[in-house]
Amino acid sequence: MRIVCPICGERDSREFSCRGSAVSLWRPAFEASDDTWNDYVHLRENPAGESSELWHHEAGCSSWLVVLRDTRTHEVIKCELAEEVKSES
Amino acid sequence: MVELVANSVSDQVSGRHLEGVDLRIIDLQCVTSIMPYKGQDEVVSNLLLKAHGVKFPEPNRVIMSGLVRALWFSRRQVFLIGVTPDPGLTKHAALVDQSDAWVVIELEGPRVLEVLCRLVPIDLRTSQFRQNHTARTQLIHMMVSITRVEKNCFHIMGFRSTAMSLVQHVSRAMSAIVT
Repeated sequence: MRIVCPICGERDSREFSCRGSAVSLWRPAFEASDDTWNDYVHLRENPAGESSELWHHEAGCSSWLVVLRDTRTHEVIKCELAEEVKSES
Repeated sequence: MVELVANSVSDQVSGRHLEGVDLRIIDLQCVTSIMPYKGQDEVVSNLLLKAHGVKFPEPNRVIMSGLVRALWFSRRQVFLIGVTPDPGLTKHAALVDQSDAWVVIELEGPRVLEVLCRLVPIDLRTSQFRQNHTARTQLIHMMVSITRVEKNCFHIMGFRSTAMSLVQHVSRAMSAIVT
């Protein structure tokens, strides 16, 4: 699997580590309901298809990345800096 | 009071010469990481240029001026090598002395790529990775910074604490190309 890091260019997946669903970028408000927090902390989709995940370019530039990939084919569809994804929202 | 004695890497590991490729330990003297504060990138770059003759490099590039190097090292982080940094930089960037934390091995010779392609998961051929190109990547499992300083000469920077493993890995790959 190859990931195109916006800073370093195309690299082998062994340079990265996966943190899991990118949902952790969207932390609920402090006063949100218990159900919302339960959902955020514990419940994850398990898609057969496109999955948006947080990856860390551990052995490269140390950037946090949002990687959109297809879990069926391992195709990497999109890779953006997490900082930019967050600031655009 | 315990008196700590600094050990040179060259005391623990030695260089190696094979037909087609040489391995040497390089002493970079002073190494400082420079991380500009938010919005200060341009100010830092200008200060570096004025004080040391090198600006803040683009990602994956090194800028050299005489013995001074500005080596891109990570996102918005540069290593200033070979000179004590101008104190004026501290107002605009976080500076950390890294001199004792890293070791550099120089790998040189016409067969250098044959050695590196056994160790590194990126394409280091001249068409993709030219002089003054640099990359943070892996050497086997070790995090390193690799820079092409000349056509057949690379500098590999790794943790000082694991210098012996680094040299062992490179040395083993060197042996593989001659047997």
